[in-house]
Amino acid sequence: MKRAGGLWLDAARRLAGKRAAMASFCLLVALGLLTVIGPALSHFPPDELDWSMMGAPPDLDSGHWLGTDRLGRDLFVRTLHGARMSLGIALLATAVSLLIGVTWGAVAGYAGGRVDAALMRFVDVLYALPNIFFVIILTVVFDRSPMLLFVAIGAVGWLTMARVVRGQALVLMRRDFIEAAIASGAGPSRVIFRHVVPNLLGTVIVYATLMIPQMILIESFLSFLGIGIQEPLSSLGNLIADGAMEMEAAPWMLLVPATCLVIIVFCFNFLGDGLRDALDPQDG
Amino acid sequence: MTGYVIKRLLGAVPTLFAIVLLSFLLMRLAPGGPFDEEQALAPEIKSNLERAYGLDQPLHVQFGRYLGGLLRGDFGPSFKFKDFSVTELIATGLPVSLELGALAMLLAVTLGLPLGMLAALRHNAPADHLVMALAVLGIAVPVFVIAPLAALLFGIYLQWLPVGGWAPGEAADMVLPTVTLALPIIAYVARLTRGSLLETLRSPFVRAARARGVPATRVVWRHALPAALTPVISYLGPATAAVLTGSLVVETIFGLPGLGRYLVQGALNRDYTLVMGMVIVYAALMVVLNLIVDVAYAWLDPRVRHGGNK
Repeated sequence: MKRAGGLWLDAARRLAGKRAAMASFCLLVALGLLTVIGPALSHFPPDELDWSMMGAPPDLDSGHWLGTDRLGRDLFVRTLHGARMSLGIALLATAVSLLIGVTWGAVAGYAGGRVDAALMRFVDVLYALPNIFFVIILTVVFDRSPMLLFVAIGAVGWLTMARVVRGQALVLMRRDFIEAAIASGAGPSRVIFRHVVPNLLGTVIVYATLMIPQMILIESFLSFLGIGIQEPLSSLGNLIADGAMEMEAAPWMLLVPATCLVIIVFCFNFLGDGLRDALDPQDG
Repeated sequence: MTGYVIKRLLGAVPTLFAIVLLSFLLMRLAPGGPFDEEQALAPEIKSNLERAYGLDQPLHVQFGRYLGGLLRGDFGPSFKFKDFSVTELIATGLPVSLELGALAMLLAVTLGLPLGMLAALRHNAPADHLVMALAVLGIAVPVFVIAPLAALLFGIYLQWLPVGGWAPGEAADMVLPTVTLALPIIAYVARLTRGSLLETLRSPFVRAARARGVPATRVVWRHALPAALTPVISYLGPATAAVLTGSLVVETIFGLPGLGRYLVQGALNRDYTLVMGMVIVYAALMVVLNLIVDVAYAWLDPRVRHGGNK
């Protein structure tokens, strides 16, 4: 028998053995760091127009390493800012989803019976609604700020999490250690947050990792259509939309942000798959 | 079976009602109104406008009127396309979107299924790896990246296909929008088919059929494939949702006069009634298509319609 805590150590070791997942993880960390420190490496601010350098191709000598956009703004800096915005919104939206979804699911699983039925019926009804269209309504009604976007995306993204957590919580509630905790006088919130939720962490981490790319795609989708992040702020979505307009004359304007987006989405998916295998070894 | 269909139909009514109510409330509780322009309107003009659109009534009266209008097929006037009612815009956009969506779904199934089968039957062979690599690519690269790239490659560099427009009877116009919209679905269907067929081929009843000396082709087509198709069919519900959201992007990029483009334009113009109408139509489409998928699923799998354990 292994000592307590061995599960996480085992999982980390199994994950380290997966090359695709580890490479993705390293790439994501590197990219994350780059979005923070990268803009400082270039001496161009993200919103400075340069009328003499409009739509300049990638060029190492001019300092515009990845070219400029149609207003002469440096594409390297703008793409990093865009990636930071997209990642930031996705992480915050995932956090919002986690907070609502885990609490909702754990309470439903803990309470069982009628409370469970009512809570999950509510989730079922929301599930049948086309979420993305409600996010669009929200962007019509409220100011299109990054704040609104992550709250709106996060508020519609928690349903799957609630279902997953509730299913696991139901199973956990039948275990002896929960019964022991209840017998020794632990109240509902203590049982839920000290005993149920910590035992769900593995599943929650896997789903959260797989949820982040979904959130990035939703945010970029809205920004691409022009109803997400607004100029002069950049996100990968509105950079791709800009690039698509100029793609005939300046294909790099499309290719640079599109490549960045695809890499991020790929990496999160690989990492999520790797984590699932690492945390859930019995499932192939 | 009829009982199941009726039960599902009745179940769709509260969902549709919730959609209408929720979008109505969101629109009405919003800060600001549809007449907040850059230049403030004179108060008399504003109150006249509000009276003309019925916005001076209490909320529940407005909702009752809107709902009554919907039941008669009247979605109200568009605030920004002033010469058109939302119903007229829906009438012009719906056929285009339906045609695009139907073609994309058809293409996704007719290409995705054989590709998935090929991959499963040539497990771990080059064909399998190729199909799976394409599938991963199709799933991870979103429509709004594929569409401009496809337009760039086939429309501008190679000049094979037109990159925009939608003239009736012009088959060439439909190729790029349909294919880009279908690609992610093809990828998903192929991956699902492969996984499920591989699993089925290993299951005891297939091994038993082989042991009885049933010919290999017959084992695949008559024994394994029907059983392997259930997860694929249950994916068709989410697939229609993906096609509907993807159509927003595809219609915008290729300039098709469909519902999606009106929705995007309405959202950009903050055209409340137009967005509400389009969202309701999209939601209704989604509910109806999901219903059809569920009924098809129940027809194929008796366990579902008898409410047995899943």
